[in-house]
Amino acid sequence: MGKKLTGGDIVCEALLNEGVDIVFGLPGGAILPLYGVLGRYPELRHVLVRHEQGAAHAADGYARASGKVGVAFATSGPGATNLITGLATAMMDSVPIVAITGQVGRAAIGTDAFQETDITGATLPVTKHNYLITRVEDIGPTIHEAFHIARTGRPGPVLIDIPKDVMQEEGSYDHERDRKIKLPGYRIPTTAPDYQIDAAVELINESERPVFLAGHGVIISRAFDELRELAEKAQIPVVTTLLGISGFPENHPLHVGFPGMHGEAYASLALDDSDLIIAAGSRFDDRIVGNVNEFATRSKKIHIDIDPAEIGKTVQVDASVVGNLKHVLGQIIPKVDRVSRPEWIRHVEQLKSDHPSLHIPETGNLSGQHVVRGLSNVTNGKAIICTGVGQHQMWAAQHYKFTEANTWLCSGGLGTMGYEVPSAIGAQLALPEALVWSICGDGGFQMTMMELATAVENRLPVKYAILNNNHLGMITQWQELFYMGDTQADAYTANPDFVKLAEAFGMKGMRVEEIDDVEDAIEEANAYPGPVIVDFVIEKVEHVYPMIPAGGSIKDLMEDTRV
Amino acid sequence: MTSQSKFEARTVTALVEDRPGVLARIAGLCRRRGLNIASLAVGHSEQPGLSRLTFVLEGPPGVVNHCAAQLERLVNVIEAKDITNKNHIWRELALVKVATSKETRVELLELSRVFRANVIDIGVDSMTFELTGGREKIDSLITLLSPFGIKEVMRTGRVAVLRSTLFEGEDDGEFQATRNWVNGLQHEYHFEPGVSGSV
Ligand SMILES: Cc1cc2nc3c(=O)[nH]c(=O)nc-3n(C[C@H](O)[C@H](O)[C@H](O)COP(=O)(O)OP(=O)(O)OC[C@H]3O[C@@H](n4cnc5c(N)ncnc54)[C@H](O)[C@@H]3O)c2cc1C
Ligand SMILES: Cc1ncc(C[n+]2csc(CCOP(=O)(O)OP(=O)(O)O)c2C)c(N)n1
Ligand SMILES: [Mg+2]
Repeated sequence: MGKKLTGGDIVCEALLNEGVDIVFGLPGGAILPLYGVLGRYPELRHVLVRHEQGAAHAADGYARASGKVGVAFATSGPGATNLITGLATAMMDSVPIVAITGQVGRAAIGTDAFQETDITGATLPVTKHNYLITRVEDIGPTIHEAFHIARTGRPGPVLIDIPKDVMQEEGSYDHERDRKIKLPGYRIPTTAPDYQIDAAVELINESERPVFLAGHGVIISRAFDELRELAEKAQIPVVTTLLGISGFPENHPLHVGFPGMHGEAYASLALDDSDLIIAAGSRFDDRIVGNVNEFATRSKKIHIDIDPAEIGKTVQVDASVVGNLKHVLGQIIPKVDRVSRPEWIRHVEQLKSDHPSLHIPETGNLSGQHVVRGLSNVTNGKAIICTGVGQHQMWAAQHYKFTEANTWLCSGGLGTMGYEVPSAIGAQLALPEALVWSICGDGGFQMTMMELATAVENRLPVKYAILNNNHLGMITQWQELFYMGDTQADAYTANPDFVKLAEAFGMKGMRVEEIDDVEDAIEEANAYPGPVIVDFVIEKVEHVYPMIPAGGSIKDLMEDTRV
Repeated sequence: MTSQSKFEARTVTALVEDRPGVLARIAGLCRRRGLNIASLAVGHSEQPGLSRLTFVLEGPPGVVNHCAAQLERLVNVIEAKDITNKNHIWRELALVKVATSKETRVELLELSRVFRANVIDIGVDSMTFELTGGREKIDSLITLLSPFGIKEVMRTGRVAVLRSTLFEGEDDGEFQATRNWVNGLQHEYHFEPGVSGSV
């Protein structure tokens, strides 16, 4: 028999048994019964945010950096709806989060009660699964089930909505009893059947110009060593997706870069010139594929994914392997031939030198690329890098030379501006010893900058580099290129003074305007023991190149003509 | 109207948990992918706590083919199968209420015999037929009844099952379909059943 506890106690006990040590949240009426007992569980550290979106993104940053499930609390109604952007961000990028929301009392559900929102209805499309608990005895089993679903298979966010009175009611909790999961409709792919492996191996062994398209799945399954071993054994160059960055070391000779809309031209060309693409834990996103009919027409495709529904969703493939990437690569390695492919490797090297997409145009003015290069140099490619969404994100992806596994955190699928501030807080809490740099847009930064107070309050030494172009730079770029130069609503003419803002929050603030000052400023920020904002005042209007317009193909590749 | 003519119809069966909200999740998924649920039949299955669904989905070929795989992603869906190209039998049920008079009654009863439809209700000025069969059969009866004045038609969706095999060891094509790595069709894989303790 379990102990007698309130519903709120049961939530905390179950979270502790799931290994949770940090929760991000903000209280309100419907979730007060949970906050009311939180004091009894000092091992559960609660980080009070300034806005629930920040709680969801911080939980996301914590999850990506640690590989554990991130947890967020919010109250009913507006608290819960404020989580939605963060849940959608995590859903798109397969990040494990468990969100617990308070709900109005059971008797009031469906009556338009004060602060009532049908949050399970509203989050159906942006969660892997969700629950509305109606009985106190369901709390324990549901929390264990939710963690199981969030972290296994293709990970994702799970929301649990608990009415206020259920959290007040007395019930019992017994870990041994409540952790038993019965989910007949839920399967977690592990290894792949031999015939699928053999078909993939045959294609690899027959190919002359194979290339990996290694995605976020490499990081999620921690298949770093397997990817490297297979790439080396069969001499397969590795293109990563934007979210696959830091899945394969950038100082490795087989590393090629990321392809697609703003990827390195040579990575897109390597895909196009290949005769076999091995998509490993990547989902052929439209920012890579563009026009499906013109995508890598000369290559066969192998798709390795843990989610059977991804196979053939956008790109038709020649062989599919359903399973956990780490296991699948382990199954493939002993069966592939150890070969050298000097011609193909030389060809890829040639692409790299013919398309030095990453040269920085020398205008004499400070640009975003200079800042990222400086960061990469000073930190030796070893910092944890978070970003927002826009030009600064692309420059960070292009110019930072990631040498350590799982050090790149950004919102790829949803493209959520504002991710940069709270995600870095979550990452720093997950990795207290790590050097965390958030590369921010001035636009995105202002969407969530209230969370700086959270960083200060929790003594987190996060370093924020604002690539301040006083513009929604990516918007300016699209309007100039695709809307006949008619720029509208893209400029910020009254940004705050970010140095004073830093000081107002109790942080160190610095401003850099010259190329030559970049690295010194970064050193100084690194040496400072607390959180820092460096306001890098960069060129106002600058385009990110290379670029393949949305829905285009390699034929539409635009490169910077100034370099 | 959108270009519904380019739509393809698929028959999908699913075994799902019998609990609130499951149908909403399924319907939400179809809506997101722009699929029209042309018909839907739900009822208890042979296993307690589980329901079986048959639906006919209409949508663009590349999308609608992929639907069973996406449905299986839902935690409450135990299995979903696109059986369109497999050897299956299906039936619909229709209740048709038609206007009658003394003069037409005999002719209507004659029609019902030909179609093996049951007369389940007779009133002063109308009678109701019950008919099961394929869509064409039901459509034909309705067409023939139209001149008499149809008052109401109530049709269930399609319900379908795979045919049994006649000889031991023979398969009905389903095995082949899962063994091939067909794009958008079901994929075989090894898995941990979701029934253990938490990992
Ligand atoms: C402004 C902007 C520009 C962008 N430009 C580009 C661009 O130029 N190039 C680019 O590449 N991206 C770009 N993106 C990002 C793009 O939108 C996608 O987010 C990204 O390409 C997805 O990468 P992915 O498929 O590796 O990761 P995800 O979308 O996270 O997909 C991961 C895949 O791995 C599978 N998986 C998960 N776990 C496992 C496991 N254990 N084993 C096997 N498989 C697993 C999942 O099922 C899923 O299919 C851009 C985004 C923004 C915001
Ligand atoms: C929440 C949200 N709103 C709008 C957009 C559309 N959008 C994409 S990039 C961008 C500009 C981002 O500006 P900033 O953060 O300053 O970055 P920059 O491109 O200037 O580096 C906008 C508005 C978005 N991605 N997210
Ligand atoms: Mg900007």
